Amino acid sequence: MQKPLKLLAATAGLIALPTLGLAQEADTTPVNADIGFIFTTFMFLVTGFLVFFMAAGFAMLEAGLVRSKNVTMQLTKNMALFSLASLFYYILGYNLMYPGDAWSIDGILGAFSITSLEPVGLEGAEPDLTYASVGSDFFFQLMFCAATASIVSGALAERIKLWPFLAFVIVLTAVIYPIQASWKWGGGFLDAMGFQDFAGSTVVHSVGGWAALMGAIILGPRIGKYKDGRTVPMPGSNLALATLGTFILWMGWFGFNGGSQLYMDTAGNVSDISRIFANTNTAAAAGGVTALILTQLLYKKPDLTMILNGSLAGLVSITAEPLTPTLISSTLIGAVGGMIVVFAVPFLDKLKIDDVVGAVPVHLFAGIWGTIAVVFTNDAASLGTQLYSIVVVGVFVSVSSAVVWYILKLTTGIRVSEEDEINGLDMSELGMEAYPEFSKG
Amino acid sequence: MKLIIATIKPFKLEEVREALTTAGVRGMMVTEIKGFGSQSGHTEIYRGAEYAVNFVPKIKLEVVVSASMADEVVATIVNTAQTGKIGDGKVFVLDVTQAVRVRTGETNEDAL
Repeated sequence: MQKPLKLLAATAGLIALPTLGLAQEADTTPVNADIGFIFTTFMFLVTGFLVFFMAAGFAMLEAGLVRSKNVTMQLTKNMALFSLASLFYYILGYNLMYPGDAWSIDGILGAFSITSLEPVGLEGAEPDLTYASVGSDFFFQLMFCAATASIVSGALAERIKLWPFLAFVIVLTAVIYPIQASWKWGGGFLDAMGFQDFAGSTVVHSVGGWAALMGAIILGPRIGKYKDGRTVPMPGSNLALATLGTFILWMGWFGFNGGSQLYMDTAGNVSDISRIFANTNTAAAAGGVTALILTQLLYKKPDLTMILNGSLAGLVSITAEPLTPTLISSTLIGAVGGMIVVFAVPFLDKLKIDDVVGAVPVHLFAGIWGTIAVVFTNDAASLGTQLYSIVVVGVFVSVSSAVVWYILKLTTGIRVSEEDEINGLDMSELGMEAYPEFSKG
Repeated sequence: MKLIIATIKPFKLEEVREALTTAGVRGMMVTEIKGFGSQSGHTEIYRGAEYAVNFVPKIKLEVVVSASMADEVVATIVNTAQTGKIGDGKVFVLDVTQAVRVRTGETNEDAL
């Protein structure tokens, strides 16, 4: 309460008595050296809540693509996973990912400590004025960690038990994600090698994708999904929600990629952020258009769910390098992402890997493509290092995820009973339905 | 008295209702149904996987009229519901042995 009052007094003074020169009032004009800090912090807060809103996008996309008997459960998992990620990222994740000089094993394993913010009003603190406040940086980075967990929930929908899934989310957000992210973004060994991943095609999206893929393989497909060598479609309950979710994700991505510029203290940085916004949008559009045209050509009718996946794949593809491409390169990078989705979705079905919302094609396959595509526009990237990093992160996340999934499978079990799955997780695990008006009873 | 059961394409319902009331029919029962006949089903593709739509949505009409009106009612339904394309539906005519109006207890043709 104190701050607004002081501000109000100062403002009133300025308006009412401009000529009196209120020497006794504190001068609230920012010090020149603070301006960069202020703008960058502000940028993190704005782009951070854009990325936050992606949680709503994932929730709506997944609610729309599961059958109506599993909608409440899918929404429950999305609420719970975001909240758990928020807690465990501060308890363990943040300092594990950004250890500064306090590495436990240099360049490989970060610091084990709880996150602490600057004191109120920066009292007695000496903030790094060339960057941003710790609070804004933590808030922004947390959203990326939560997005990684959101990717997993869609792939495993309609058959995984709630609590084992949440246990996996805790390990993923507290340990697996932060450790591999420290290798690049925390200044670890992949960063030292020159690995380029601007906003996380690998660090975020492929990581979510690998964890989802391992989960989907160990969990097995939904009952009745693959019958006599054929794939049985299980259409989603609400494509309006799925479309809304996709547009929300698309919007959130401006924060995801734009904020990853990490600085808004010079004209050059602001201009770069604008460039990133434009490239990000272009890649999403190209991915969507590609999926629209390809499904028309392959299946005689456009498939909305593929168009939604296509635009998201375009976004994932541009995420590793949204700054250096031209609009034309962004178009091509996004278009290849859209193409990957259209072919990868039936390909996974051939392998009998049941990914309900297409998370693996969108986040893993397009993520790998995006990470490779950096070399086309950014001279600082080398193909060898990009591939090496994709493999290192892939092996680490796959193995650690698989171990956690297997431990959960052997202890608590990860799959609901056959009867519960047929009746739907909403009634069997939660006892409430998303659309009770339409129930048969 | 005759019971006329007709399956028609859903979008034809309003037209058929109008034609029948003009012809003097004073009541009908309507049900949304699914089924197949010679139109059979068709296949669609969802996320790259083909699936069969075995049952097609139809509307079932049930009309009870006096025997003297039956032929006219059948002709009206056929003329109105016809598009000439496969899946226009079918009409069946059955004998009705008794009818009672619940409110008054009137029976048979008086109850229609």
